[in-house]
Amino acid sequence: MSKKISISINGISYEVDPEKTILEVANDAGIIIPTLCYHKDLCVAGNCRVCVVEVVGQTRLAASCATPCHDNMEILTNTLKVRNSRKHIIELLLSEHNADCTKCYKNGNCELQELAAEYKIMSQDLIELVNHKNYTIDMYSPSIIKDDSRCIRCQRCVRTCAELQGVNALAVAYKGDHMKISTFFEKSMNDVVCTNCGQCVNHCPTGALIEKNYIEEVWEAISDPEKHVIVQTAPAVRVGLGEEMGIEVGTRVTGRMVAALKNLGFDSVLDTDFTADLTIMEEGTELLTRLKKALVDNDPKAKLPMYTSCSPGWIKYIEHMYPESLDNLSTCKSPQQMFGALAKTYYAKSRKLDPEKIVSVSVMPCTAKKFESYRPEMHDSGYRDVDYVLTTRELAIMIKQAGIDFKKLPEKKFDRLMGESSGAAVIFGATGGVMEAALRTAYELVTGREVPFENLNIAPVRGMDGVREASITIEKPLEQWSFLDGVELKCAVAHGLVNAKKVMEAVKNHEADYHFVEIMACPGGCLGGGGQPIPTNPEIRERRAKAIYEEDAFMPIRKSHQNPEVIKIYKDFLHKPMGEKSHKLLHTHYTPRKRY
Amino acid sequence: MAEHYNLKRADFIFRNENDWEKILSRTLEKDKQELINELISSELKGRGGAGFPTGLKWKLASEAVADQKYVICNADEGEPGTFKDREILTKVPFKVLTGMGICGYISGASQGYIYLRGEYKFLKADLEKAISEFEYYCKEINFDFNIKIFMGSGAYICGEETALMESMEGFRGEPRNKPPFPTNQGYMGKPTVINNVETLAHTFTIFKHGAKKFYDLGVQFSRGTKLFSVSGDTPKPGIYELELGMSLQDFVDEFGDGDTKAVQVGGASGFLVPRKRFGVTSIGFKGKLTGISLPTGGSMMLFNSTRSMFNVLDNYLEFFREESCGQCTPCRVGCQQLLLGIKAVKQGQKQAAYLDKLLKLTETMQYTAKCGLGQSVANSFSSIVENFREEMIY
Repeated sequence: MSKKISISINGISYEVDPEKTILEVANDAGIIIPTLCYHKDLCVAGNCRVCVVEVVGQTRLAASCATPCHDNMEILTNTLKVRNSRKHIIELLLSEHNADCTKCYKNGNCELQELAAEYKIMSQDLIELVNHKNYTIDMYSPSIIKDDSRCIRCQRCVRTCAELQGVNALAVAYKGDHMKISTFFEKSMNDVVCTNCGQCVNHCPTGALIEKNYIEEVWEAISDPEKHVIVQTAPAVRVGLGEEMGIEVGTRVTGRMVAALKNLGFDSVLDTDFTADLTIMEEGTELLTRLKKALVDNDPKAKLPMYTSCSPGWIKYIEHMYPESLDNLSTCKSPQQMFGALAKTYYAKSRKLDPEKIVSVSVMPCTAKKFESYRPEMHDSGYRDVDYVLTTRELAIMIKQAGIDFKKLPEKKFDRLMGESSGAAVIFGATGGVMEAALRTAYELVTGREVPFENLNIAPVRGMDGVREASITIEKPLEQWSFLDGVELKCAVAHGLVNAKKVMEAVKNHEADYHFVEIMACPGGCLGGGGQPIPTNPEIRERRAKAIYEEDAFMPIRKSHQNPEVIKIYKDFLHKPMGEKSHKLLHTHYTPRKRY
Repeated sequence: MAEHYNLKRADFIFRNENDWEKILSRTLEKDKQELINELISSELKGRGGAGFPTGLKWKLASEAVADQKYVICNADEGEPGTFKDREILTKVPFKVLTGMGICGYISGASQGYIYLRGEYKFLKADLEKAISEFEYYCKEINFDFNIKIFMGSGAYICGEETALMESMEGFRGEPRNKPPFPTNQGYMGKPTVINNVETLAHTFTIFKHGAKKFYDLGVQFSRGTKLFSVSGDTPKPGIYELELGMSLQDFVDEFGDGDTKAVQVGGASGFLVPRKRFGVTSIGFKGKLTGISLPTGGSMMLFNSTRSMFNVLDNYLEFFREESCGQCTPCRVGCQQLLLGIKAVKQGQKQAAYLDKLLKLTETMQYTAKCGLGQSVANSFSSIVENFREEMIY
């Protein structure tokens, strides 16, 4: 720790760390400086220039986000020169921006709009540049819409795609007045390495990158009396939705969310957590089978480590970047798609419904799930397994449109048949959750005893470090698993694709010998997904994670294999994990893709 | 009362000297600190435009602690109206290479690069020949120093030192935030001295003839000589080595065609000086007379009364609009607004008073743009609009 230095802001002295920037110091001191290109998740760019401040003794203003403090620096954040410059910069951005705010999806949640309101940009002086440019809107991706006319070139999306995800689907192209954010050869987002993770959407300050919304389609289905519309909700939605409703970050709103969905008119409100539990049964069995094949039978086709397959952003990533490793992926569908396949088979049969009349909607913290639902292989029920995928944000829009006072809603419970879940399923929403859930079940299946962790909380796989490793030694297994006696099961957890890459490279270079690896495309796991409320940052994700683990702790059932509806579906319909029906409905295959 | 200096021609840079080997080996025997002091006392300032004291730059790099350091010769000569570096590299490449070598010795860098402007590809073969001869001699005298050429691709912004380094590292040529400065974290994050071609050639003169000889030329704050690229309405365009501190009137008397209306000093990013101010403008770094600085490497463009200053400005703005890297708001959008703005005034779509709003805008650009490009657009804009306002309107 280096020595503190003394600086002054607006005449008040502060002792600060010399590594800190003017912006950080000012924020700590409660002084607000407007920003646009700055984001806590990303490296400093210093390109929007809206955060400029005056440093006494310098003619030029300093970009506070990019300027480190030095001893005896005198900073002024509210002078005429500073205000006029900031106002000018906002005016410049607006002149280049399609400021047709009322027709923008992000109306009301736009950082540029907020600044324009704050600085009261009323003048019509500057020339509108929007008309001079041949802006295009890329609508071909089923997940993401890219509208260049609303782009302010802050490059947050570019840095997100590079730094958080290591995908680099978005990059800067051209220079000067032609400078824009584009893709490889300016292809559609649908035709490049984009994983549809939606992190760019989460980090975009304006409406330049938004999810493709299916709100009207869902409303239409709900109003159609012929249709039986069911909805499933992913675990991370219940710890994010509240933010959109003006409720404090990190609040669990499960009961109110269910009540709202019922009010919206869904015929049955069900839980993706049910298929998360099912995933554990299938994936856990798959892991144990693989281990046996690899360790006992020496079957070269049994590839280890086994990677989880719940995150469709990760699936698209590995298909593009490591197609040679597709055999290492678990063949399990994601919980969303397992649910979809069962909705039009098991659910339809049990409820005596014509599957053709069922509209299967899912609410996900995710934009990649939209793409996933379009995959040609996701029709195992004989129909499209999941018809519409909404993000947490889209659900919030529907709730508001329906005139529901969310805060005052009484709590309700999920409907039965595919609505029951365990705590193990809930933690799917946080990074490390699938691993923890799988270990809780697999360890018990193998040894007949609970995992040796206090309150079943497997602390080593929790947390927000990009890559986490854990191992668990299997002792005194049941007879049929005796080959695992003394085996140290090595696991790893990674979240954010840039961390996935680290794991993949380590495995490729034989620097790691994991058996089982959980990978989630988004930082923090699904709770930080591309479909979650905006803004996102490390603190927000920490608080959502805390809420998820609370939800788990309060659940009466904590282990997937104890979910009574899971037990029932194996008894009545699937018969056994990895069985014939499971194979048809719950498992899938992958498609090698190219990078270019 | 303004002091006047008559135009004084000098002949150091292009003087044909075949003693670079002697100068190099002789200088490398000297104490580094002594050499830094020599360079500092010459008061040589960077000839690329910004005018940073060269001795101080080398000193900072020599004091930086790192396992690897670099010397870069900035030969991305792109300022409109500047063409002297091309000539230096063609005629006297060994002076530049020797300057780089000595800089490497002083700063502790064993690797040098020449960032050669994309359009100067035709210089590459000859330059490589010179480099291999130079490296051969270095090996002979047991001096560990190598030089590679890195070809630019034609972007003006890559002449900006940090954009140049980004470009060399394989990234988009976009200026970095400063600090950190290149002497601490430059190419590949290592301490780097980056100097203009001409600056390095001048260091040869200084190490050969001593700092005093250089210091005695020019005037206070603007010591030594400078190459000027003279173009436009002149009977004798070309490259001239002149002592700094001359009055612009003397310059025009020498190079004008008798009808000089204005001179653009320092290229598109420099200032336009109208006839009425020739007598009170001296050419040198800040502090003398009217304090016109040389924002770039000595481009002198003369315009006679047949020229429309609107067209001149229009041309410069067109250039900046295209050559801005586009990353920062004031420069990217500002340049577009200025260009469309003067056109709108000219065509009567905006009132003349709009020019004042644009002048305010250039002020914001000057205060807030990320790098020298955006900051200096104000120079030509305000000096042209303020002095030739009527030409902008009618």
